[in-house]
Amino acid sequence: MSGLLTEAFLSSLLTGAIVAAIPILLAGLGEQMSEKAGVLNIGIEGMMLMGAYVGFLVAFETNSLWLGFLGGILGGVLTAIVMAVLCVRLGLNQIVIGIGLTLGVEGLTALLHHFQFSRTYPRLPAPERLNIPGLTDLPVIGPSLFGRHLIVYLALIAVVVLAYLYRRTNLGMTLSAAGERPAALDVAGGNVLGIRVVAVLFTGAMAGLGGAYLANIGAGLFIPFMTGGAGFIGIVLAMLARGRPLWVLIGSLIFGAALSLTTALQVAGSNIPTDVIQMLPFAAVMLVLVLFGRRAKLPAALGAAYERGAR
Amino acid sequence: MSNASETVTSLSSETRAGVIGVHGVTKRFPGVIAVNNVSLTFHQGEVHVLLGENGAGKSTLVGILSGLQEPDEGYLSLNGKKIRLASPSASLDAGISTVFQHSMLVPTLTVLENLTLGAPWYERPPRARIAARMEELKREFALSLPLDAIVGELSLGQQQQIEIARALLRDSKVLILDEATSMLTPQGAHELGERMQKLVKSGLAVIFITHKLAEAYRYGNRISVLKQGALAGEMVPDQLKSMSEDQAVDEIVRLMFGREAGAGSTEQRNSTKRDDTVLKLENLSTQGDADVMGIADISLILQAGEIVGVAGIDGNGQKQLAEAMAGQRPLNSGRVELDGEDITSATVAQRRRKGLRYLTDDRLAEGSVAAFPISENTVLKDIGQPPFWVNGLERPQRIAQHARELIARFSVHAPGETTPIGRLSGGNIQKVLLGRELLGEARVVVFNKPTYGLDLKNIDTSRQRISEIAERGLAVLLISTDLDELMALSDRIAVMEGGRIRGIVKNDGSGEALRLRIGRMMAGEEDYKQATA
Ligand SMILES: Nc1ncnc2c1ncn2[C@@H]1O[C@H](COP(=O)(O)OP(=O)(O)O)[C@@H](O)[C@H]1O
Ligand SMILES: [Mg+2]
Repeated sequence: MSGLLTEAFLSSLLTGAIVAAIPILLAGLGEQMSEKAGVLNIGIEGMMLMGAYVGFLVAFETNSLWLGFLGGILGGVLTAIVMAVLCVRLGLNQIVIGIGLTLGVEGLTALLHHFQFSRTYPRLPAPERLNIPGLTDLPVIGPSLFGRHLIVYLALIAVVVLAYLYRRTNLGMTLSAAGERPAALDVAGGNVLGIRVVAVLFTGAMAGLGGAYLANIGAGLFIPFMTGGAGFIGIVLAMLARGRPLWVLIGSLIFGAALSLTTALQVAGSNIPTDVIQMLPFAAVMLVLVLFGRRAKLPAALGAAYERGAR
Repeated sequence: MSNASETVTSLSSETRAGVIGVHGVTKRFPGVIAVNNVSLTFHQGEVHVLLGENGAGKSTLVGILSGLQEPDEGYLSLNGKKIRLASPSASLDAGISTVFQHSMLVPTLTVLENLTLGAPWYERPPRARIAARMEELKREFALSLPLDAIVGELSLGQQQQIEIARALLRDSKVLILDEATSMLTPQGAHELGERMQKLVKSGLAVIFITHKLAEAYRYGNRISVLKQGALAGEMVPDQLKSMSEDQAVDEIVRLMFGREAGAGSTEQRNSTKRDDTVLKLENLSTQGDADVMGIADISLILQAGEIVGVAGIDGNGQKQLAEAMAGQRPLNSGRVELDGEDITSATVAQRRRKGLRYLTDDRLAEGSVAAFPISENTVLKDIGQPPFWVNGLERPQRIAQHARELIARFSVHAPGETTPIGRLSGGNIQKVLLGRELLGEARVVVFNKPTYGLDLKNIDTSRQRISEIAERGLAVLLISTDLDELMALSDRIAVMEGGRIRGIVKNDGSGEALRLRIGRMMAGEEDYKQATA
């Protein structure tokens, strides 16, 4: 265990934490809006995977990471449209449709990928990184904090922007009303189904972007099933964050650190068995749920379809 | 829009004088006609009171006016023009503001946020404007609210004030208040009455729904009474003005509870009351909350062979009383005595074994397991007891035989004892449940709305059976919202209102006078001392 505290280890741990945190941060921020509005968006895993697939494909064909991100958003939104139509408009069961959507996208993307690339996994060129002279050159934290792709910083800005919108505009209260007591919003002249559709599509966009990041920046390639539960971790984050974007950020960093510790420990060649190391992030999820799960305060109408005049 | 002028001319002159017209409106829900061919006109400058028992269709009418429901038949008009209110925002745009019977506030948001609910999401809350308007409301209507408090942490009375304030902030032409005084103190209700009068003087039309007849007289300019979805009568302003409060209340009671013309008369049964006391309730009280009313100080004695009726508008604590007696609802205080034995702390099963039986009004959800065969349902309350269970093992043969006997004895129409009970009609389910409650040594039977929802033939048989049960020397507590039924069967009638017994009257067969007296008590208009016989 002597090599654990070397500069290389710490630097790769920090870098890994951030790289792993960004997709679940984006997914968590997206899911948070759906849940605020009363939609439990289990389909987020599928939206993320679709984002990863479309995002990779676009980046691969156009050689542009930015177009790849756009493609990821598009893939996520397209998947979310299915969710919005079936669960919000038609009021079908959110859990059933969400699980179905995730399974469907898993199968579809694996199939399409197989058709196109057979058993090869082509890679994208390494992304260009930010370079802030002075800061990026700092030891340990320099490359990990100040040498990332621009999209990382945009994700952090999204945290601030969302926090502002929730607090300072009517958006937060409209979402909360749709999630707590949709009938109250309806009779006040608000549009319950409208705001819920918007929230679900936003979740799709954020999850899709997160998926594209995972594929294009995190891995540099697309592998079927590559999201591996990141969307579900996003759901957990959103549930624990009590409506606050900042808490989603903190949570995603903790989970990101746990995820990256697995790779970092393996890279450092520690003598802890690999199986145990790979359990780490999930043990962290369990621990957080046990410690804070009871404090998660969920909207009263979460998961319930709204139908005017019904009782 | 081409036929708009045509519609105007086709409306009657009475309609043209009003802001809002309801024309031949009918609204059906599965199994019930909630509003039945109702035509009403609401006028500017008037507080128009809608009265009617629970389930009379008042809230459904409010739902139609506020865009929550659309009528199945008939139409609405605004200032003489036919209008369609397809959504709540259409209703708001038409100038109609509603305070609903059930809270339409978001408990997790602040008062200010609740007041601005419905505004575009991208805007910032118009705090300064709302605060200024609240100042005006404070001066004009003595209404003040803590803008930054979380609504869920305020009292129910304050919450109702928020809803009223929200409606007033909208500058509407029509204000609907559906049971808006239910959570207010008498002082608060009085203030609201004055506010309503101020509002109509400034040209609004107010639709006011209440259960309190005195409020209807004091604050109302016009009164309409609904009965089972249909309009049962109207008292116009001139008529109301010429009456004293007592006269008006009498007239309202007659409209609400009077015998409809054409209803067949039901013969009063001969008393089979004996001298020995079977059941004694002393000062029973239960805890109430926002959803269910608590009961307070209920004392009642049941004698063998006696039927004691419990009258009251649905939801005034009758069900809670029945549940408290059956041991299904915890008591805050009080004492229950059966055959001289204190059973206050006995469990549901113990009470049943001692002979205290309860027939719920909720036949399907509470009374039976719909998917189970009739046979299982006949022994649902005796699971594990001999002779149907021996040494912990079920005896299906014995249960089936018992069910067949019950089916024959109570003439249940069913293909066989294996038929799931949920497939039977209400009347036949009721027979099975009655058979179940009469099993073994019954002493007291509590019936909660035993004939509710049954057809005429089954109503007759059920009443016949209740008579027979009393004849056999059992004591019966008969809870019903049907005054005819109570007057036909009961020896005495206790009237419940607001969770208390308002009075107990002897059913002396004095017909219409007694009926109106009970009606007054049901509406909370006659006080305890006067009424107690
Ligand atoms: N959304 C609904 N679905 C089914 N039945 C309803 C609905 N709303 C009202 N009802 C039924 O319509 C009848 C009238 O109810 P309501 O208008 O609430 O009466 P009130 O306000 O006079 O007490 C009742 O029998 C009620 O059960
Ligand atoms: Mg009502």
